[in-house]
Amino acid sequence: MGVGIQVENLNAWYGTTHTLQDINLHIPANHATALIGPSGCGKSTFVRCLNRMHETNPIARATGVIKMGELDIYKDASPVEIRRRVGMVFQRPNPFPTMSIYDNVASGLKLNGFRNRRILDETVERSLKQAALWEEVKDDLKKKSGASLSGGQQQRMCIARALAVDPEVLLMDEPASALDPVSTSKIEDLIFQLKSQYTIVIVTHNMQQAARVAENTGFFLNGKMVEFDSTHKIFTNPKDKRTEDYITGRFG
Amino acid sequence: MTTEPESGSTKSALSPVPTEFVASAVEAPVSAPSPIREFLSQRGSGRLADRSFAAVMLLCSLSIFLIVLFIFFILISRSKLSLLAFGWKFFTRQAWDPVSGDFGALPFIYGTLATSFLALLIAVPLALGVAVFLTELCPRSLRAPISFLTELLAAIPSVVYGLWAVFVLVPIMRDSLGPFLYKTLGWTGFFEGSNFGVGLLTASIILAIMILPVISSLTRDIMTSVPNSQREGVLALGATRWEMIRTGVLRNSRIGIVGAVMLGLGRALGETMAVTMVIGNHADISKSLFAPGYTLASVIANEFSEATGDLYLSALIEIGLALFLVTIVVNAIARLMVWAVTRGAPARAA
Amino acid sequence: MSTLPLSPNPLRTPAKPSVINTLRRQAMNHVITGLSILSTVVVIAPLVAILVYLIYKGASSLNLAFFTHIPAPVGEQGGGMANSIVGSGIILFLASLMGIPIGISAGVYLAEFGRGSFLGNAIRFTADVLNGVPSIVMGISIYSLIVMQQKHFSALAGGIALAIMMVPTITRTTEEMLATVPHAIREAALGLGVPKWRTVLSVSLRTASPGIITGCMLAFARVAGETAPLLFTAFGNQFWSFKLNEPIAALPLQIYVYAISPYDEWHRLAWAGSLVLIVMIMVAVTLVRIFANRGVLKGAS
Repeated sequence: MGVGIQVENLNAWYGTTHTLQDINLHIPANHATALIGPSGCGKSTFVRCLNRMHETNPIARATGVIKMGELDIYKDASPVEIRRRVGMVFQRPNPFPTMSIYDNVASGLKLNGFRNRRILDETVERSLKQAALWEEVKDDLKKKSGASLSGGQQQRMCIARALAVDPEVLLMDEPASALDPVSTSKIEDLIFQLKSQYTIVIVTHNMQQAARVAENTGFFLNGKMVEFDSTHKIFTNPKDKRTEDYITGRFG
Repeated sequence: MTTEPESGSTKSALSPVPTEFVASAVEAPVSAPSPIREFLSQRGSGRLADRSFAAVMLLCSLSIFLIVLFIFFILISRSKLSLLAFGWKFFTRQAWDPVSGDFGALPFIYGTLATSFLALLIAVPLALGVAVFLTELCPRSLRAPISFLTELLAAIPSVVYGLWAVFVLVPIMRDSLGPFLYKTLGWTGFFEGSNFGVGLLTASIILAIMILPVISSLTRDIMTSVPNSQREGVLALGATRWEMIRTGVLRNSRIGIVGAVMLGLGRALGETMAVTMVIGNHADISKSLFAPGYTLASVIANEFSEATGDLYLSALIEIGLALFLVTIVVNAIARLMVWAVTRGAPARAA
Repeated sequence: MSTLPLSPNPLRTPAKPSVINTLRRQAMNHVITGLSILSTVVVIAPLVAILVYLIYKGASSLNLAFFTHIPAPVGEQGGGMANSIVGSGIILFLASLMGIPIGISAGVYLAEFGRGSFLGNAIRFTADVLNGVPSIVMGISIYSLIVMQQKHFSALAGGIALAIMMVPTITRTTEEMLATVPHAIREAALGLGVPKWRTVLSVSLRTASPGIITGCMLAFARVAGETAPLLFTAFGNQFWSFKLNEPIAALPLQIYVYAISPYDEWHRLAWAGSLVLIVMIMVAVTLVRIFANRGVLKGAS
């Protein structure tokens, strides 16, 4: 089950570049929240702060408070513990090339030392079903390499991999940007189904996608969050002039 | 509805991780925390394991520093006797008399420099030819087998080269190549005196054969890192293939090629076994390339285990120290040159 | 705009290139092509000569006794190098035991922790320089450190000398191979809450393993034929020895001793020994090729 996320005064830097400036926002539990904005506006950095992936880059740093439920993720836990609770799907499918499909999906558990065979089998099946990939791969789970699937299948496998650790929050950084339209619509269907169980944050450059899958939408520009509201409101009646310019395409 | 669950959890959870899970489970009475969540929440932060892992890796890589430092210090401390006795003059004196304890390294320095440079003189043009052939002219199907062969050449142990040189190269030098050189180039004074087959020239030839693969494979790497656009640019101006190679490829990679040659030089300076077996082992300085000589490395190999007396041993270790320092300097310069070219090179063309 | 004032420039090429010039350039082109082909042939020739001569001489001297007997005393016929083969095996095993873990770990540090840092660059540079230190210097250093302390030659000292020679090669290949592992794959593992040490071991190293194995085998093949560092450490032994703190025989050492001896019978054994040594190394290098190629395919799929 998902938890809500409270972000207070979040600032982030890459070297000397101030990529996120005073972000304040509340992401509700068990809903999909979309983040839109032009490239380089900081929306990717923002989701990477939510599971502390931002700090894997040695020149990056962040200040502020992010609370998942009551847990202050920068104070009360280590990055590793946070990432076990927050799943992430990346822009490009990134399967482990040396592992079978089964091992790919089970990797989050196996690499963390989980050994129970029965539960592993169940989890792999459940996650692949949740990711709508089970029917396509169930016959050669352990025979085929994860890298041998098509791009769309790989991305769904990566979603299954993220779901297998039973996270509370699922972050998706432009999950469909490298995929064809058919695969994209499959991923969107998935998000639609998953959001009843997980808190989903999805970064997208595709406004229609945001409108289709998310209840709430935030608009980022130049490292600031310009506006955050229900998706319906953002797309029909934005408060800010810049948001309006962006969604109507009057924006470089 | 959206903020509801948050306020629900506020009361119970005053933080540590497990409590939070309970709290979030309470919001959704549908399921108890899954076994997976339970397991993962009990795993530690892994901070200690991560730190110790990083520390062990760092320690192993620092050991490379330590090895170099340790070699340096042990060589200095063991050669102290000779360093104190002869000082800098050690490198300019010709004497090598273990009986009276009088030592100087000049003949070995001469032998080392003479054989190494002669080897470079033979090997560099050939290596360049091979590299040009492999990168620019060779049909694709031949490329793999030929580079495989040159790699094999690099994998043959020094002592086997030496064995071959003793039984094949030495007779050739003695019976055919030597007399031929004497007849045609004898007037230069480089090919005089009695020719036993062993000597500076034979050592240089076997050295050349040994460093060829090193230089040619490095040069090949450097030349393939020249972007294809450079080649096409020159060809588009109507250049012939050779002109393209000269201006488009060789000019762009010359620093790297000099670096590769220096690396070859480093190998030649320190090469021991094959040289020891064919150079004749005689501490003399002679203009004739037929004359037997001695190199820094081969005098150590030959006399170290029978060195009696502390000063004798110490002098040999000082020779080792000199060899160590010279090869370090040569290699350092060479590496910097190769790096300067291959670093920042665009993705490999060809 | 700038072409107009340039047109009367005397450097301007004539509309028709002179025939002689074209011919000269063509001829030069062919001469260079010929020269480079010639040099390739000249380089390949000694290799073929060495291999052919070695196989001819070595094969005719090989027999079962070579693999089962220890060296016969001077003047007696027969004898073999069984103890040298086993001795080489022991020394190389010791060297791999020490050199491979240290080399791989150092490579891991360079690729996963020290990328771009001053310390990382300094270590990388030192490894490259250490790679060029002559093997004979390594021999006398280990002699000075271990043999002089213990007052006797030993298999262990030989193993340490060879291990030190393996480290830089393995470190550099490990680093280069890890650098080819896409960053996205590391992020995938980190994003699942896998600790960094586990990510490095189970994801980065595992993905790069074919290349790293290649590097280890190349380093192994290189030190397998080393003689100079063993001269004053392992020293050699005419008899069986399995103790690590005693002088031990090694194939390259024995070849050297026999090659510079005045006896025909020993020369024969030197050729046989060389053939065995080369075949062992070639098998290693060929395995490397197979591994390396498979690694490339895996990465591409």
